[in-house]
Amino acid sequence: MKTFAPILIVVVALAAIPLMVHSNVLLNFLVVALMIALAGQGWNILGGYGGQYSFGHAAFFGTGAYVTAVLQVRYGINAWIAFMLGILGGALVGAVIGALSFRSGLRGSYFALVTLAFAEVLRIVASVAPITGAGVGTLVKLDLSFAALQFESRAAFYWVILTLVAIALVITHVLERSRFGAWLIAIRENEDAAMALGVDTTAVKLGAMVISAAMTAAAGCFYTQYFLFVDSGIAYGTWMSIEALLTPIIGGIGTLFGPLLGALTVRMLGEIARSVTGDAPGLDLVVFGCVLILVVWFMPRGLAGAVADLARHLRRPKHVSATREMSRG
Amino acid sequence: MAEPLLVVKDVSRHFGGLQAVSHVSLTVHQGCITALIGPNGAGKTTLFAMISGFLKPSGGTIRFCGEDITGEPPHRLARRGIARTFQIVQPFSGLSVCDNIRVGAHLHYRSRDEAGRVANEVGREVNLGAMLDRPANTLTIAGRKRLELARALATRPKLLLLDEVLAGLNPSEIREIVPLIRGLRERGITILMIEHVMQAVMSLADKVFVLAEGRIIAEGTPPQVATDLSVIEAYLGRGAAMRLGAGHVR
Repeated sequence: MKTFAPILIVVVALAAIPLMVHSNVLLNFLVVALMIALAGQGWNILGGYGGQYSFGHAAFFGTGAYVTAVLQVRYGINAWIAFMLGILGGALVGAVIGALSFRSGLRGSYFALVTLAFAEVLRIVASVAPITGAGVGTLVKLDLSFAALQFESRAAFYWVILTLVAIALVITHVLERSRFGAWLIAIRENEDAAMALGVDTTAVKLGAMVISAAMTAAAGCFYTQYFLFVDSGIAYGTWMSIEALLTPIIGGIGTLFGPLLGALTVRMLGEIARSVTGDAPGLDLVVFGCVLILVVWFMPRGLAGAVADLARHLRRPKHVSATREMSRG
Repeated sequence: MAEPLLVVKDVSRHFGGLQAVSHVSLTVHQGCITALIGPNGAGKTTLFAMISGFLKPSGGTIRFCGEDITGEPPHRLARRGIARTFQIVQPFSGLSVCDNIRVGAHLHYRSRDEAGRVANEVGREVNLGAMLDRPANTLTIAGRKRLELARALATRPKLLLLDEVLAGLNPSEIREIVPLIRGLRERGITILMIEHVMQAVMSLADKVFVLAEGRIIAEGTPPQVATDLSVIEAYLGRGAAMRLGAGHVR
């Protein structure tokens, strides 16, 4: 249980923020950052721990978002149930894409391209299919009530997404320390060696894909409830695939807190870039891109990796001098 | 008499037009060290890959413990008790030595602690005890070879396939690892090894199969094989045995 302490501390600290800050702008910023973090946590399971780099996590985000919206609007299903079914829907899409690509032995860039293609296909289908509202998108009716999973205060939304992030953190941590996790990491490090040691690599990758897809889908479900609108560009757009992989890569790929750290940093960088460049359209993206290059260049293991290195660096000299003194004494 | 532990019967494998292994049959008996030797490109590693499930044979059958295992994937074979090492070592380089071995131990132990305990034991057995917490990529080549061995042993194999575990080691490192392999046989693990280091084959193997150009050209005890004319020719070229023989007479 002791190993869960860091999660508890981080979550409690984050949960306290709305009690101290009442700025809607800041809370809105944090809600979106946590939503991206959740999507990134999903990507991190498959990409960070399993080494399978997906470029198409929008497929899961979008499915979560659409299922939540469409079930409520067209079938009158309760928002909470729609939310759960949205997660299941994302997991199902993950299972299908995973089964197709892993069973045909796709690895590395081929896997990345196939996931990208699936997300694009879904985007195009969603932009013409009548059930999704085609090009117009789907608007969820405003109904500020607990039963409809809509809240007047941003703080309530903030706690909802924080709860989801906390659940994802706990799942990730349990997975990290489980046999399944050990196998998944072994696949990332060397798939052939893992196979020789009795790891059913296809099954393990597929399992990781389903968990990964479910987490990212949950972020999509939340998107619908928060913004009450979804269209094909938002749901299945490449932006989400990129956000989902960028946050863990910046924050620390294959680390527990990487996606959370990355999401907050990336979002903050984006805001700063926007305020620095003022009105010049697109210039903020240039600044943003340059900063990203620098981060990746100087911190190849992400922020979490850099922090760990720093901690070790600070600890080591003491340790060395201590042993020296001992040998001298 | 019971069927030998491993029976390879009439196995072939071709890559396009290249016949890498053709109609090879061999048997490995319980509790023995069997060596597979042969010149470079003879098809040894291809044969190994087929026995360990990494390649499907184009023809023939492979039986293990009396059951047909032809074409089964590696992870199923690992469950049956076949473990292999790789000629080119394949460590999980981002992980510690102990975590590397733990992956193998997880095959039979679900809990992290139990698998970790087994990994510790196995690590000490192969003399990696002092390096368990080090990252695997800081090991020397000899250390990596030991790690390959440890990972395979952690799966508790009945049959261990060793693909050139001695290659690239210096004589003193070889002297250290040979008793280790002999110790495994004493513990009841059957071993099939590909090896180029003849001194080790001579001292370790109970039986030797010689593969050349995809065929078994000789089999027997190490001394029998070492004096076999066709083996000498396979290694040194056609007519070599005769010339050597002639030199001997003179």
